[in-house]
Amino acid sequence: MNQRTRPRYRVFRWLLLGVAFAAFGAAADPEVAGIIKSVEGSVTITRADASLPAQVGMPVYQADRVITGADGSAGITFEDNSLLSLGPSTNLNIDRFAFDTTTYDGAFEITLGKGKLAVISGKIAKHQQDAMKVRTPASILGVRGTEFVVEVGGAK
Amino acid sequence: MTARLGCALLVVVLAGCATTDRVILLPDDISGKVGKIDVVGRDGGEVLLDSAYGEARTGGGKVQGDTLDTESLRKEFGKELANLPQRPKSFLLYCVNGSDQLTLESRDQLPAILDEVARRPAPEVVVIGHTDRVGSVEYNDKLSLARAQAVRDQLIQLGFDQARIVVAGRGEREPLVPTDDEVPEPRNRRVEIEVR
Repeated sequence: MNQRTRPRYRVFRWLLLGVAFAAFGAAADPEVAGIIKSVEGSVTITRADASLPAQVGMPVYQADRVITGADGSAGITFEDNSLLSLGPSTNLNIDRFAFDTTTYDGAFEITLGKGKLAVISGKIAKHQQDAMKVRTPASILGVRGTEFVVEVGGAK
Repeated sequence: MTARLGCALLVVVLAGCATTDRVILLPDDISGKVGKIDVVGRDGGEVLLDSAYGEARTGGGKVQGDTLDTESLRKEFGKELANLPQRPKSFLLYCVNGSDQLTLESRDQLPAILDEVARRPAPEVVVIGHTDRVGSVEYNDKLSLARAQAVRDQLIQLGFDQARIVVAGRGEREPLVPTDDEVPEPRNRRVEIEVR
């Protein structure tokens, strides 16, 4: 009896190990959300308590915060072809980014804490209503396309 | 108790600031098409923007709709709009039937694609495979990815930077020519190259 069940357990153990590896791999190599295409002036990426100076070609990930100085601006192209442009003194958090390149299912949620942002939405917003959201201190924008600008903290 | 007091104070302070968040919907600068944005105020109120230069201002518990003239838009957001990354550009390549080799016409397009890559900062090339509707969805997902991978390998051989190429398979989801299921259609068996 024991003799017969043991090999099965062994297979199961390997399976578990495989699952653990897959999970670890996913954690160690998070999905790139976008690539920085332009940087002017001071631009900083805040990632898990580290502050990195932004550079052209640098990837951004879900949970990153992009901060531009008074002289700063940045352009980012996302994996679903969404295009973002941050103005000066701007604070943008990438709350969530997920994109399935086969089905185009996904989620793209950002928070503009302050400053100015121009957006051309991409495949996620086109494929699925309610999949793209922009949050500001006073509002939540459900984006169904395509090109728009947002400003937070303007005196008006 | 302290936390509740803190929250109450914060609400008072935030209300006191009375900043206004604005969103303005623009027509697509190429097609002229206008999208839609549903603006929901955190303290109530909702406006659906669905016309060009429609503006929603949110603050003080209301969402107000308005229209912005293009002149002030250019003045206020000109820099951000000008700094938007370049739009991705698409090229279509076809394979010789029953093979993963590119047709001669498609090979002729490669220099134009390389030029486009050279023109862009931190360029990326996305190779997207498509199939017609013959076979199951799962089968076509695999086939489209294999097609994209084959084209990627050829692009690398021809001098494209391997690190900048990603592949995707869209299966039968995005036919160029819509057909019923199980209908063979050569124009749908294609590989799209996006440069961004």
